[in-house]
Amino acid sequence: MRHVITLLVENEFGVLTRVAGLFSGRGFNIESLCVAETLDPTVSTMTIVTRGDDQILEQVLKQLNKLISVIKVVDLIEKDFVEREMVLAKVSATPETREEILRVVDIFRGKVIDVGAKTYTIEVTGDEKKINALLALLKPLGIKELVRTGRVAMMRGSKITTEHES
Amino acid sequence: MKKTGSQIIVECLKKEGVDLIFNYPGGAVLPLFDELQGAPFKQVLVRHEQAAVHAADGYARATGKVGVVIVTSGPGATNTVTGIATAFMDSIPIVIMTGQVPTLLIGNDAFQEADIIGITRPCTKHNYLVKDIKDLARILKEAFYVARSGRPGPVLIDLPKDTLINSTEFKYPEKIFIRGYQPTYEGHLGQIQRAVKLMMKSKKPILYVGGGIISSNASKELALFAERLGIPVTMTLMGLGGFPGNHPLSLGMLGMHGTYWANMAVMESDLLIAIGSRFDDRVTGKIEAFAPQAKIIHMDIDPTSISKNVRVDLPIVGDCKRILSKILSFLEVEDCTSYRSALDKWHHQIEKFKVIHNMNYEQKEIIKPQYIIKKIFELTKGDAIISTEVGQNQMWTAQYFPFLKPRTFLTSGGLGTMGFGLPAAMGAQAAFPEKLVIDISGDGSFQMNSQELATLVQYQMPVKVVILNNGYLGMVRQWQEFFYGKRYASSCLEGTSPDFVKLAEAYGAVGLRANKPEEVVPTLKKAFSTPEPVIIDFVVDPEENVYPMVPAGEPLNQMRLV
Ligand SMILES: Cc1ncc(C[n+]2csc(CCOP(=O)(O)OP(=O)(O)O)c2C)c(N)n1
Ligand SMILES: [Mg+2]
Repeated sequence: MRHVITLLVENEFGVLTRVAGLFSGRGFNIESLCVAETLDPTVSTMTIVTRGDDQILEQVLKQLNKLISVIKVVDLIEKDFVEREMVLAKVSATPETREEILRVVDIFRGKVIDVGAKTYTIEVTGDEKKINALLALLKPLGIKELVRTGRVAMMRGSKITTEHES
Repeated sequence: MKKTGSQIIVECLKKEGVDLIFNYPGGAVLPLFDELQGAPFKQVLVRHEQAAVHAADGYARATGKVGVVIVTSGPGATNTVTGIATAFMDSIPIVIMTGQVPTLLIGNDAFQEADIIGITRPCTKHNYLVKDIKDLARILKEAFYVARSGRPGPVLIDLPKDTLINSTEFKYPEKIFIRGYQPTYEGHLGQIQRAVKLMMKSKKPILYVGGGIISSNASKELALFAERLGIPVTMTLMGLGGFPGNHPLSLGMLGMHGTYWANMAVMESDLLIAIGSRFDDRVTGKIEAFAPQAKIIHMDIDPTSISKNVRVDLPIVGDCKRILSKILSFLEVEDCTSYRSALDKWHHQIEKFKVIHNMNYEQKEIIKPQYIIKKIFELTKGDAIISTEVGQNQMWTAQYFPFLKPRTFLTSGGLGTMGFGLPAAMGAQAAFPEKLVIDISGDGSFQMNSQELATLVQYQMPVKVVILNNGYLGMVRQWQEFFYGKRYASSCLEGTSPDFVKLAEAYGAVGLRANKPEEVVPTLKKAFSTPEPVIIDFVVDPEENVYPMVPAGEPLNQMRLV
């Protein structure tokens, strides 16, 4: 099953390795991982998307909790949550495809952020489904390069993931 | 007041109540060693850094206090890794301080640089690189706290040379708060009540206890609890001593080399009460077939231990001692007397298992290793600290020495590290100079840390090393006999070992040898009354095996008995 895990960690060197080690040690692939500071500069959030056997994942979550540098662990998949990812895509733009690209980008409420002699660089934000749909449409037009930020996620409503004792 | 990093470390160690340090010097830590001269700690210079960690580990196991190690950077640090992994697997509290190249050189492949933080990340409970001398005091305080609290474990502090030399304002942090680390000590009351209900309903209960009983100092509560309900107790290798081995309710050890009756009782039980144990594969055998009819209650301080290998019906996270005390108070209102008498049938069933295989062996003209262990128990009446190496020597000790008290048995359980026993015995002897400390060893394992004989002699630590010399890497040979058509690839030591008596003498220790059964007792007596360290070379039956044996991956009731 797919899991979207939010971690609050100490904002210090070495934490990423400790966290990643728990996944790699069990042969788990991390599908995406995003780390950045929170409002409290001593704390960072990590959003990790992974897939795997639920029982093993439960073990990984417990192990994450056990790490001294990890303050809080939430598996969002058990909650109601929103997720977003941003992609930058460099698409080849010929006189025949320019129109089509602009239309697709428009439908997906994206932006063209750079124009080259033969390319458009576009920026789109959305959840996994939307990004996949966009990529399916752009692919036949010729994606030359693709960079994705990886998922960030948050609980819906007034619940706050980043609350913790301090 | 301003202090150098080295002075701060000495101050912090004093505050922690450290009385003993195992160390080995080198360039990167010289400023600290210079400061340690004259500090009020006993210091033991070992002959290999691995032994420093095992010694601190033995000290910690025997005393319950945190062991302390100081070594240099690079090779000094990497030499500690086996010791650290050993302590990590067995949840033993140690603080290891390693020297490191100056901060500015880190990452430059500087002379004697090793990324010991990266290397030990998976085998420490936590580790710290001190990047700013201002953090030094806090880190030291945290390290000791993390090592000894919750599920204990080794913590490493990497000390760049400049942090040892530079100065800063020293203020001892009286309090610590680590927001990502708050172990649960009190068990959930509702869960404990449910557990008591399950217990009172059971007809064939068994207690399966591990090292957690010892690390939480819960032996007294365990005995009260077992006696109150009359529940039989089986122990893991790490749990031995946690409940008296000669107690009528003791079934001895379970698992791969457990007693026949302990393993059968587990397979027949209807309620397995696991306390401070972690369902290791050497204990459970084929996991799907482990305790097939039993409901399982699992008490452990570490949530990651629970439901890791087996489904647990009733988990209780917390400190074993506190949970057991709560259980005892809940039992006040239960009818324990009727419950106990209802268990008679269960005890009879277990007694019948004892008839099928009763751990007997025949002592003929060659010395049987089991006989030596039995005699050591008889001569010491169990009043000794026993360490072992790994292999047959370890299993025979576990089987034939009924440990009476916690913290008297020092053995590498989780990692199974040959070479552990001698330095661990040294650590225990350093803590208890007056006690009889015995390392039960193999001819193979002994040679993995025999250099420590020099340390024993230097500091007049009268450890007795009993070598069960079978001329083989015996446990390996046993597996090869059973599972590899008696092809003894690389496991025969016959005729290749040094003369252990002469070796002892070369180091300035006493060497003794016995070849015949009738020499066993006099030789042991002589050794135990010798004030120096003694090595006894017992020439034993070369092809004796450890029985019972559950072949790896088989159910516990599939035991080889001959
Ligand atoms: C450091 C290390 N290397 C290898 C092993 C694998 N091993 C387990 S038992 C054993 C044989 C031990 O021989 P000895 O010390 O003579 O003990 P015996 O089994 O003969 O009593 C070996 C090689 C180990 N446990 N530890
Ligand atoms: Mg041997």
